[in-house]
Amino acid sequence: MDQFTLNLIVVGITFAIYIGIAIWARAGSTSEFYAAGQGVPPVMNGMATGADWMSAASFISMAGIIALAPVGGYTQSAFLMGWTGGYVLLAMLLAPYLRKFGKFTVPEFIGDRFYSKTARLVAVLCLIVISVTYVIGQMRGVGVTFSRFLEVTTDTGLYIGAAVVFAYAVLGGMKGITYTQVAQYIVLIIAYTIPAIFISLSLTGNFLPQLGLIGSYAPQGGEISMLAKLDQVVTELGFTAYTADTTNMFNMFLFTMALMIGTAGLPHVIIRFFTVPKVADARSSAGWALVFIALLYTVAPAVGAMARLNLSTTFWPGAVDGSAFSKPALSVAEIESNPKLSWINTWKATKLLEFEDKNGDGLIQYFNEPKAVTEANKALAEAQKALAEAAADADKTALEAAVTAATEARDKVLAETMLGGKSMAELGLTANEVTKVDNDIMVLANPEIAALPGWVVALVAAGGLAAALSTAAGLLLAISSAVSHDLIKGAINPNISEKGELLAARISMAFAIALATWLGLNPPGFAAQVVALAFGLAAATIFPVLMMGIFSKRVNTAGAVTGMLAGLVFTSVYIFLYLGWFFIPGTNVYPNTPDQHFFGISPLSIGTIGAVVNFIVAYVVSMVTKAPPQHVVDLVESIRVPKGAGQAVAH
Amino acid sequence: MADKSSANAYWAANVRIILISLAIWFACSFGLGILLRPALKGIMIGGADLGFWMAQNGSIYVFIILIFAYAKMMGKVDRDHGVEE
Repeated sequence: MDQFTLNLIVVGITFAIYIGIAIWARAGSTSEFYAAGQGVPPVMNGMATGADWMSAASFISMAGIIALAPVGGYTQSAFLMGWTGGYVLLAMLLAPYLRKFGKFTVPEFIGDRFYSKTARLVAVLCLIVISVTYVIGQMRGVGVTFSRFLEVTTDTGLYIGAAVVFAYAVLGGMKGITYTQVAQYIVLIIAYTIPAIFISLSLTGNFLPQLGLIGSYAPQGGEISMLAKLDQVVTELGFTAYTADTTNMFNMFLFTMALMIGTAGLPHVIIRFFTVPKVADARSSAGWALVFIALLYTVAPAVGAMARLNLSTTFWPGAVDGSAFSKPALSVAEIESNPKLSWINTWKATKLLEFEDKNGDGLIQYFNEPKAVTEANKALAEAQKALAEAAADADKTALEAAVTAATEARDKVLAETMLGGKSMAELGLTANEVTKVDNDIMVLANPEIAALPGWVVALVAAGGLAAALSTAAGLLLAISSAVSHDLIKGAINPNISEKGELLAARISMAFAIALATWLGLNPPGFAAQVVALAFGLAAATIFPVLMMGIFSKRVNTAGAVTGMLAGLVFTSVYIFLYLGWFFIPGTNVYPNTPDQHFFGISPLSIGTIGAVVNFIVAYVVSMVTKAPPQHVVDLVESIRVPKGAGQAVAH
Repeated sequence: MADKSSANAYWAANVRIILISLAIWFACSFGLGILLRPALKGIMIGGADLGFWMAQNGSIYVFIILIFAYAKMMGKVDRDHGVEE
């Protein structure tokens, strides 16, 4: 059976399971549609939350984001701590009290606690911006994964994905989504772990990738640790050491914090804790969610580090048991003839890996090309181009002299540039010949690099799709419940019947899927940048307002609204200053480079400062305006104690 | 809820547990994982220095323990104050 048929079968089976679950778990009431009837056991809810939270980016890209970063793998730990530490905040500062509140959406709490329709609508606005931003990336992820594994175009893949989400999300609402996500979690964690175990066994002899990360490097008989080996190889090739200290500790601190409070403020994550039966379950469910997330997040840095080491030793066979330059680089002939290396050409075809033999020596040399070398090579290429393009009858003496001069200048740079203790001229290097290593390849190519059977490759395809679909469904539910519950029932037609609201919820879900599909087909060019905005906004608007709503009886409408708006404006303006006003290219005030950032704070990290601004503004404004009325104080007191959560739902 | 002072005592107990938990949360991730890493380079966890390991794996384990410990302690506080469900 060929790989394509195998992929089709495995993906087909998983899809059939998802649809089957959807039919079994149809939603019959708004409570089931919005919050799965508040009857999901905490362990299962934790698993569903794990699938909801781990997107295509976590599954496919994160290992590569850590492993291939020019700043080194350590600095990127911000993602690992940031995307897990937020669950501690959720479990202690938000989830139990919001579950006690016992309603269905985040804006609904904000509207009731701050006794204001305006506050509720501002929250709806923030929620929609955050969730729509996110969903674009997920729909794109579905399309890309389909196109890679099932030989359809990205657009066709997107339509298939949208149809599947439509089937179980519109039919099942939160109930269908939750039970589907449990199945999706199981698929994605198996798909992620199997290749990781094999790569860890082969590189470190450790069965557990978490131990492999701190284990010793097996091909050298365990005399050197895997991380020390990785540091040695990458620094020899001119890259920053993998475990190098961060160059901007302050920014790493703020970035980690922004991801943590941003995670705790993401509406599609918060609403997951509305589905458990009791307040105590909301606390433990956050713990279970983190257990299931940690199964992937503690493996990801091991996968990243080992895949990077594998990639480096593949291109420099000498690095396996000594110096990278002790043997010649991988030859083009070897790539063509060795069946163990056939993955290199497979992934070259997808353009995730690109290389060319620039100096024509039959070898593919991979290293971090110093800037001076790049410039000297460019000058030479330009001189050669000018000579080649000169008219046949023109006097070429000057042009030929220019080429000779450029060649001499380039050779001088090569003789002066040192790599691993020798000059590039001595090593026979002229330019880096591996021109592209995409982040995604660190996970996608793993099964083939480790020479695993075809069904593992098929499982990785199904896992990538499961990760993207489960997150998309969770986001779509957050959007549709904000529209049907907060806009239609909360503002436009408060007298709508239960049946009418359920229908409205399904229609807004269908509309949200159509919008997400359209955005996936026509992604705005700034899709990558807006993720910074989504986290920044969640950190600077929703998290502070929810926390103050629970922990303070004094913060009032005026404080909450001005606080949210201050956080919103401050954060988005700082991001726009570097990424362009409303992300329109060319309208940025400053170039987005570290030396231009205020106090070295990157736009990705600004959410932390935005949250501080929100807290201060809300507190000061509340102090100089009237205290909240008694019924709101009573509400705060009631959500602080678990007792009576069962009866709290007033619908 | 029995009375106002009992409610206040319950909330104070909850806030105290949260503050202790968040102090540990901060010390492990931001402290050992980021701020103190350069100072603690000599301490090794297998092939990684303490700060690197805390930043890439260790903090996550601590987070999990913290949440379950919080859930367990709050379960007891709930019962002690008679506010469990």
